[in-house]
Amino acid sequence: MGAHGPAKGISRWLFTTNHKDIGTMYLWFSFAMFLLGGFFAMVIRAELFQPGLQIVEPEFFNQMTTMHGLVMVFGAIMPAFVGLANWLIPMMIGAPDMALPRMNNWSFWILPPAFLILTATLFMEGGGPNFGWTFYAPLSTDYAPPSVTFFIFGVHIMGLSSIMGSINIIATVVNMRAPGMTYMKMPLFVWTWLITAFLLVAVMPVLAGAVTMMLMDIHFGTSFFSAAGGGDPVLFQHVFWFFGHPEVYIIILPAFGVVSQIIPTFARKPLFGYDSMVYATASIAFLSFIVWAHHMYTVGIPLAGELFFMYATMLIAVPTGVKVFNWVTTMWRGSMTFETPMLFCIGFVFLFTIGGFTGLMLSIAPNDFQYHDSYFVVAHFHYVMVAGAIFSMTAAVYYWLPKWCGKMYNEAAGKAHFWVSFIGFNLAFFPQHFVGLAGMPRRIPDYALQFADFNMWSSVGAFIYGASQLFFLFNVIRTIVGGEPVKEEKVWEGAEGLEWSIPTPAPYHTFSTPPQVK
Amino acid sequence: MHLGAKRLFRRALSFLLPMSFLGSSAWAEEAQRWQTNMAPGVTDVGAKVYDLHMIVFWICVWIGVAVFAVMFYSVFTHRKSLGAKASQFHESTKVEIAWTVVPFLILIVMAVPATSTLIEIYDTDDAEMDILITGYQWKWKYEYINADSENVSFFSNLSTSKDEIYNQVDKGQHYLLEVDEPLVIPVNTKVRFLITANDVIHSWWVPALAVKKDAIPGFVNESWTKVNKVGVYRGQCAELCGRDHGYMPIVVNVVEREEYDAWMAGKAAESAKLKELMAQTFTLDELVERGKAVYDKSCAACHGLNGEGGVGKAIAKSPIATGAMNGHLDAVVNGVPGTAMQAFGGQLNDVDLAAVTTYQRNGFGNNMGDMVQPIDVYQFKQGQ
Repeated sequence: MGAHGPAKGISRWLFTTNHKDIGTMYLWFSFAMFLLGGFFAMVIRAELFQPGLQIVEPEFFNQMTTMHGLVMVFGAIMPAFVGLANWLIPMMIGAPDMALPRMNNWSFWILPPAFLILTATLFMEGGGPNFGWTFYAPLSTDYAPPSVTFFIFGVHIMGLSSIMGSINIIATVVNMRAPGMTYMKMPLFVWTWLITAFLLVAVMPVLAGAVTMMLMDIHFGTSFFSAAGGGDPVLFQHVFWFFGHPEVYIIILPAFGVVSQIIPTFARKPLFGYDSMVYATASIAFLSFIVWAHHMYTVGIPLAGELFFMYATMLIAVPTGVKVFNWVTTMWRGSMTFETPMLFCIGFVFLFTIGGFTGLMLSIAPNDFQYHDSYFVVAHFHYVMVAGAIFSMTAAVYYWLPKWCGKMYNEAAGKAHFWVSFIGFNLAFFPQHFVGLAGMPRRIPDYALQFADFNMWSSVGAFIYGASQLFFLFNVIRTIVGGEPVKEEKVWEGAEGLEWSIPTPAPYHTFSTPPQVK
Repeated sequence: MHLGAKRLFRRALSFLLPMSFLGSSAWAEEAQRWQTNMAPGVTDVGAKVYDLHMIVFWICVWIGVAVFAVMFYSVFTHRKSLGAKASQFHESTKVEIAWTVVPFLILIVMAVPATSTLIEIYDTDDAEMDILITGYQWKWKYEYINADSENVSFFSNLSTSKDEIYNQVDKGQHYLLEVDEPLVIPVNTKVRFLITANDVIHSWWVPALAVKKDAIPGFVNESWTKVNKVGVYRGQCAELCGRDHGYMPIVVNVVEREEYDAWMAGKAAESAKLKELMAQTFTLDELVERGKAVYDKSCAACHGLNGEGGVGKAIAKSPIATGAMNGHLDAVVNGVPGTAMQAFGGQLNDVDLAAVTTYQRNGFGNNMGDMVQPIDVYQFKQGQ
């Protein structure tokens, strides 16, 4: 084999089987999708800046909310963490590459066409998907625009990509750990991704089943979800949320992993409870399969079912609490410094915990009758998705970027990015708790006058948060193109793990001979 | 100046102290400006839900205060810049058992009242009256199920004008939360709602009653309320149901028993009068006049006030409105499957169906000169 560098030109990217190249492509792709989904969000917030219809018609507004959700979940957050996994898992477990490198190439390269198809629906007759990212039947079947078929095809391809990516991760972690790297020595990021990969393999086929049943209902005369034909619209929700709830943890578990890597580095102190973090992650993954109907408290499930799902959902607070306590005790009596990745992680712990509290409130079924489908829910899941997943992803980029490219980002710019994001985010989403509790439903293009003040704040906050992401893009590009070379090989004083033991910048091929882990 | 400062102070106070709204009785009825918390509403169940909400909220707040206090104490004192040396402690079985068991016990404290409240919400027995609520794209139908007389039913549409929505005129006080005909129920009476939908899934939500239940085609869900206070309570559809999801509000008018009885008698008389009209023969002008009113309310949103089209096809010079009468009636009564054109046969009475069809054939320059009588519509429906 010998050491050889990347191929030249476009073929490097098209035909690459190198985990670092593929990781890079995933990360750039997800960032592009993040900006696209963010643009849709800006349209939404611009329309909601004031009551009345100013910018878009309700029909298009619904397409924006739908596409914002789909693009952010499937296009931005999930591929971002897959990109991170591609870059880091081999480097963290001392493997030369992913176990299935050709499949790795394929699982990335089917993503851009999937999102091209999804985005193209906006320009089709009848418009794009307008039934929410949860696409409840029969709104998404009998009453859907014709483009729904393209949407279904797009979801199938994304699912395929996710399943291939997760099989690859499982195969890599199970088979390619360096000698001495036992399971209970793996970095937590690897652990959380291993568990996430199992969740993905378990539930993506369920999503595929749901959209396939939709396809059959729309084109082949079946009635899975049509009551008139003997089917059941509620069945759709059960199938969707059996996928959808684990999906939430698919998004957040790798984020937990990232935070569990970064906080010890900047506290200069080992993670307080490694074992309990692993068990907590596994418990959350298990519970995620038996709580799906808490998204459906108002559909009229029987009392016994309602109680079961309420109790099971409340239980999730226990392992999640364990995680938060662990992060806090890791900081306790450490020797902390507050570089940008640490700021984003502290922001994560603070805001994710608030999102966790509102999650606990939502789990209480009788209270959920007041919260459900209101802006309170919108606030809740943006606290866990944005301040959770995206803050941790941002932290990850600032943390590992110097190792990847050998250049240091500008610390002042990074901190500015954090503070503007933090303020913008809270201004955007904290008032949404208030309007939700006061009775504003979600997914409406226009609202009663009582909600006007907080909505205006919310829009201003969203614009600030959105603009700060362009600044992030600028920061990253400036680092790669003209950043100062990293002074110390290890980058961070307190960093532990195999990925920090390789030269900086990370060579194209690493761990061609496996290291010995003691 | 002084007044302004006072108002500003009160506003700041109400923002900081969500509870300070409790004294305001209006708060219970509908959302207020700057409202930051759930309202206890006007039912016993609503008050219980509110109390439970506050219990869970304060538990979360205190846990949050404790956790964040520890975290920020650490952030501000255990800094390298202050010379803090990292201690290397980790893992403590005692601590880990404690922070697993204590949260679990706190959850049990929350679960007990949650369970009893949920059981109460699910108890729809012993209702004194039943109302069937049907969600349509994008309006609600209310049908009072009367055991000893005929059912009374009507549709409840948004009454906010397009001009208000498109910012042509000032928005009214109840912008988007007003309807042409509200649901009327008596106070202190247990009312059972049977909730279903005609097309897609909707959700019937009135915050002041603490009722939210999905309206699902093919299913009949049950819910109930017993309102303690006369008043007008407003809500909205809570489940995304298509284009005008944001434009199908709910207004519940809770009145004294006597007022309710009088209202019900009026509705019964109305439907008796309608029956008479069904048998009547109208002139073209009468039908066109009535038809215009029906058109503006039920058709204009999609087909345009002047029949120019929009979401729906143009009525002016349309092949259907200028074609055979039966084809036209078919489109109006049965809708056009696979399109947004709904079946109006069940939504409008035969008089209105006849009037609106006649109006469409004679308005907008169609000038067909023909008309259809209520009895013809009735026979058309029977003949299907």
